Amino acid sequence: MPTETADAGAPQLEVELRGVGKSFGGLPVLQGIDLRLVPGEVHGLVGENGAGKSTLAKIIAGLYTADEGTLVVNGEETGFGSPREALDRGISAIAQELALVPSLSVAENVYLGREPRVLGFIDRRRLRKKFVALAAGAGFDLDPDRSVGSMRIADQQKVEILRALARGASVIVMDEPTAALSASDTELLHGVVRQLAASGHTVVLVSHYLSEVLELCDTVTILRDGKLIRTARTSSETETTLIEGMLGRTLDSVFPDKSPAPAGADEVLVVRDLVAPGVNGVSFTVRAGEIVGVAGLVGAGRSEIAHAIFGAARRSGGSVTASGADLRPSAIGSALRGGVFLIPESRKEQGLVMQRAIRENVTLSNLAELAPAGWIRTGAERREARKILDGVTVIGDDRRSVSDLSGGNQQKVLFARALQRRRRVLIADEPTRGVDVGSRRSIYDLIVAQANQGIGVVVISSDVEEVLGLAHRILVVRGGRIVGEFSGAAMTEENILTAAFADPITSEDA
Amino acid sequence: MTNDTAPKAAADVAPTPNLLRRIPWRSIAILFPFLAVFIALSIGSPAFLSFYNVGNVLDRQSGILIVAVASTLVLIAGGIDLSVGATYMLSAVICGTLILKVEGGAGAALGIVLGVLAGLLVGVINGVVSTYLKINPLIATLAMSFIILGVTKLVSQIGKEGIGQLRVDVDEFTWIASTKPLGISLPTWIAFVIVVVLAILLWRTTWGRYIYAAGGNAEAARLAGIRVNLVRISTFALSGLAAGVAGVIDLARVPSVPESDAIATSLTFTVLAGIVVGGTSILGGEGAIWRTVLGILFIAMLYNGFTLLRIDPLFQGIALGAIILIAVGFDAWSRLRRT
Repeated sequence: MPTETADAGAPQLEVELRGVGKSFGGLPVLQGIDLRLVPGEVHGLVGENGAGKSTLAKIIAGLYTADEGTLVVNGEETGFGSPREALDRGISAIAQELALVPSLSVAENVYLGREPRVLGFIDRRRLRKKFVALAAGAGFDLDPDRSVGSMRIADQQKVEILRALARGASVIVMDEPTAALSASDTELLHGVVRQLAASGHTVVLVSHYLSEVLELCDTVTILRDGKLIRTARTSSETETTLIEGMLGRTLDSVFPDKSPAPAGADEVLVVRDLVAPGVNGVSFTVRAGEIVGVAGLVGAGRSEIAHAIFGAARRSGGSVTASGADLRPSAIGSALRGGVFLIPESRKEQGLVMQRAIRENVTLSNLAELAPAGWIRTGAERREARKILDGVTVIGDDRRSVSDLSGGNQQKVLFARALQRRRRVLIADEPTRGVDVGSRRSIYDLIVAQANQGIGVVVISSDVEEVLGLAHRILVVRGGRIVGEFSGAAMTEENILTAAFADPITSEDA
Repeated sequence: MTNDTAPKAAADVAPTPNLLRRIPWRSIAILFPFLAVFIALSIGSPAFLSFYNVGNVLDRQSGILIVAVASTLVLIAGGIDLSVGATYMLSAVICGTLILKVEGGAGAALGIVLGVLAGLLVGVINGVVSTYLKINPLIATLAMSFIILGVTKLVSQIGKEGIGQLRVDVDEFTWIASTKPLGISLPTWIAFVIVVVLAILLWRTTWGRYIYAAGGNAEAARLAGIRVNLVRISTFALSGLAAGVAGVIDLARVPSVPESDAIATSLTFTVLAGIVVGGTSILGGEGAIWRTVLGILFIAMLYNGFTLLRIDPLFQGIALGAIILIAVGFDAWSRLRRT
């Protein structure tokens, strides 16, 4: 495909990794990686969260140093160095968080720190000329004088890429470049990637979106648990084969079996016209035994809805009813008494008191029941905590500090807190964020078990597969509103992403 | 670093580190300098380990101990109280003024009760200002202490009617300091009881648990249904109450009001120094009553040792400052190692 159009503008750079390994704090995150990047190709890296794809991309870009293995550039063995050394070799990374100066113009940003100068003053004419030549070479159409802050993100990414090219980069590493982009911007960026490959550059693309990988990449490498599963031509792969490679099993076994959606069950949670910071009029219901998935982009207002229901954020309008009882606004106590429980999004910031014992973290929310007149019955607390922890499969001494546990087990401790009392509604916000593959299934099992006991469960997740795998019904949130509701056969990744990614609605509120 | 592929779950099975690693060094660190100085002074100065000297040190430290253990709760809950010195003085002045104005047993009783209640009131105000009004407790209590010192001067002018010092050398009041059940002064007993009660409350009640949670992770505590603001206000109220009690007790011991801003400030600083030297983190969420007791007594012992060994008191401040730096440095260092 694009290989034949490689022009002489960029130096051809053949990059090879041999036996690369990397550990963080004694835990290996990458082991024995052999990878060859062919000039002019788009090389995709796929894998689950924690599979090591971002780590590998960072090693290639010189942001991390590998513990073992060698880097071979054009047949020459070199050490892994700093980002600067990588850049000197012609390898550059486009960060997810763009590092541009918003108030400067496009051309100034591209040549930031390397402006052509006359007697110490910037030679604007030459700067402009250099920029136009560079942009034309890459096939980008950008106004050199426009200030970067006023541009859309996809165009800002172009600026970032041009900056890399201006510094002579011939291998460009992109980590989730489209994660924050709208659908049309994503299309724009795809064009950029194709353009880069056509002009002889190598692009390493880390992406969650398998369709994107299949569409853009010539070669794809699958990582699982820090190991390289295989590198193959994209033409020989399908979404299913990629998923199976990433998971090491078929998609079906990732999630527990779904029970049929309860049809006539009571509505345990009724939300009407909810208005709160970041929530602009949301109405929905959850039935007993039903799992409702909430999907949407980061910042769409999913967590804000959860917080407003739970009374953790100031509710300025609408009503929340749990099992027939109205919940008072902005009163967590009222929500808890109504049987609503929130497992918050961030374990560290919102969930756990990290320096305290596991046991104390389990009982924190219901301590009063174990403490008649405020005096804690430590024996009862010990037995109860042990019983619940056994239920969520967290083993070991529960007097240890909760910070000693892995992410997955910390999440289970939060579930343990939720399960200490019988709830009617359980809201789990990003229940598997930062959780290893092994623990993920047991968290899914816990969620399904809750629903099977007749509890209404709301699962909020950025991971569309997770929502699809668990929920009976899916709500898509954008701009603090519910913009789509799917159930049954309409529950597809495409429908959800289309609803979630659609261009920002021109809001009618003044 | 070995790179074997141990199953991830193994990392969570209770590790069995050797005994040395299981001791929470950070929490018991104060024990070592305390014992070292204690032993050194016992050997270096024969007068040190006498019943008279130790009793005397404890008697003089009782007020500060009461304030410090209550302030420890404020710190654990994630706040800080810089107004304890001023509150202490306000309570003493209110108490002294009432004794002089009302006279007799009634005056003493009224003075004690209203002096202590004034402390409680200041504490509640501190708590409300630094939680519901969202003013940083450091600034809130600093500002409060200026206000309180001003009010103190107003009250004392009524008491002494413009001349001299407030002296309350009346038996109906000074019995508090002169009574010695079992040979130990009543202030020491009061401090002992308050220390034990607060330690037990912190250790075994939901309130104590909530204090740790509020300071350790306020947002997590809030989402768990704990009313973090109320918990914090309760610690400030207690701290004010304790300052009131300490002010009244020390007034009975002296028994004239040592009316000066410098004394108020130095009390606040000594209390904070004792808490920090004991190893309670100023970042909240961690700490213990017994450590503060050791921290305060360590500083008192050091000063006492300087006096007994006839070392220029000039060096007391320098030594204390150095010790605080070491204590806080150790705290930061052990945090760094843990993460």
